Amino acid sequence: MRPAWLVTKMEDLAACPCCTVGVGGKGFVERTLLGIASFFKEAIFSEEIARAPGFLQHLDPRVKLFSFALFLVAASLMKKALPLLGLYLFTLLLASASRITLGFFLKRVFFFIPLFSGLIALPALFLVPGEPLITFFSLGGFTLAITKSGLSSAFFLVLRVATSVSFAVLLVLTTRWPQLLKALRIFKLPQVFVLILGMTHRYLYLLIALIEEMHLAKKSRTIQRDGLRKEQRWVASRIGFLFGKSRRMADEVYQAMISRGFDGEARVLDTFRMTRMDVLWLGLSVLLFVLALWIGGIA
Amino acid sequence: MKIFELKDVSFAYLGRFPALRAVSLEVRAGEKVAILGANGSGKSTLLRILNGLVFPQTGEVKAFGQPLTENGLDGAFNRFFRSKVALLFQNPDAQLFCPTVFDEVAFGPLQLDLPPEEIHQRVEDLLKLLRLEALRDRSPYELSLGEKKKVAVAAVFSTNPDVLLLDEPTASLDPRSTRTLIDLLVEANEGGKTLVTATHDLHLVPEISDRVYIFSEEKRVAAEGRPEELLADVEQLAKWNLIHLHKHAHQDYWHAHLHEHPSKEHTHNE
Repeated sequence: MRPAWLVTKMEDLAACPCCTVGVGGKGFVERTLLGIASFFKEAIFSEEIARAPGFLQHLDPRVKLFSFALFLVAASLMKKALPLLGLYLFTLLLASASRITLGFFLKRVFFFIPLFSGLIALPALFLVPGEPLITFFSLGGFTLAITKSGLSSAFFLVLRVATSVSFAVLLVLTTRWPQLLKALRIFKLPQVFVLILGMTHRYLYLLIALIEEMHLAKKSRTIQRDGLRKEQRWVASRIGFLFGKSRRMADEVYQAMISRGFDGEARVLDTFRMTRMDVLWLGLSVLLFVLALWIGGIA
Repeated sequence: MKIFELKDVSFAYLGRFPALRAVSLEVRAGEKVAILGANGSGKSTLLRILNGLVFPQTGEVKAFGQPLTENGLDGAFNRFFRSKVALLFQNPDAQLFCPTVFDEVAFGPLQLDLPPEEIHQRVEDLLKLLRLEALRDRSPYELSLGEKKKVAVAAVFSTNPDVLLLDEPTASLDPRSTRTLIDLLVEANEGGKTLVTATHDLHLVPEISDRVYIFSEEKRVAAEGRPEELLADVEQLAKWNLIHLHKHAHQDYWHAHLHEHPSKEHTHNE
């Protein structure tokens, strides 16, 4: 027997500015949804770059991985700024030959720089002894100044990190994720790492989609905005729910793998084919590696 | 030959939440067996037990005449068992863990160490059969639920198992894909494969089974028999929560009757 209120039309709610959703800027739910949407947009955009008919996209992923590993080693060992700057400019050339817009590429690379090197490079400006360039103050025997050699050390560190990050970003942007994982496996990276990387990538999307659905469900039932404390409680409960859900999902996925014969060894179907261009690129990379170390000096 | 034999099998999740109670059943080679039951009657758990993924707290399970236990499923028998028996999960998201659709379908044959040419052939055949060619390089997260389900079906068939355990195989499939899958299952059975299908969709039962086990909401085997006999017993089906009172319009009047198996015609005398 259905209760009477359930099958009776409700009186219309009077439109009231104090309880209209969206008044006073974007709420927490809206902001989360926008963040999730931008995550997916970014992922689709990266996928489009990896499928674009650019120079690096045409290379065999194994060759690309090997040559980029050489460049990374060179960037770590070089001790002269000018040749290192040349190697950095080479990454910009590669980006443009691979149909990556420079603005997007620089944004991607320099997002990481303050994170990884800025904090280390900043004290070097002041701590490396040398001729002062800008003096802030002198007190007794202590002088706080940016030194010439400090600036040069900080610049060199940032340049080294920027070059390395540029190669890493180029590799990830121009290689489809599954091919990259497969190439890593062919280079004998322990299969457990490759498997975990692959599944993390896959389930990140699944969980993000789940978060989006939870927020949309909340939005569809939000008649008036909750107070901060209530929203915090809701977020905490959803974090707990997601944790439980991802644990159950992990169990189920493992069972599905066992069911299809997984015995701890992930086998890979090697479908890569090397072309003449790959051989040429490989030769050029080795030559560049030797040149970089010769001109740039080994640290 | 008996493929599976269960005697007084009981299973409880975390040892506290019962999922099966004293279940005894058997599945013979080449049979089509349907497991019917309402939501939460233990169908999925039964399939996981038959697939050697979870193990009962009490009772005995035998597969191919050998005890199916955690310790027994090791080494050569594990390899034999996994190559013979495949499970299609109800939730395709659990089943799809590879980076692309192609890799997903190739995963099983790779585990069997088949030659690369044969793996390619199997994958291409299945992608074509299930109209998935356009999705071959896509990641599973980019697919709709129905597409994911089709990829999961292809992934299960790619190992060419003799025994197929199917958990709600047609859920979320469109009518054409449902038809393709049912035809494929029937043909596979005619070719000697054993089918065990868990469902609460009575539309499928006559085609996909020649023997039916009905599970009650108390998680026990409530009945066993031929599909035409069990599906004719409308009152019992209503008791097991497999059909319901259905209200619908006939041009100018409303009428209610128990919603039963659709191939069984009903007439209205009002």
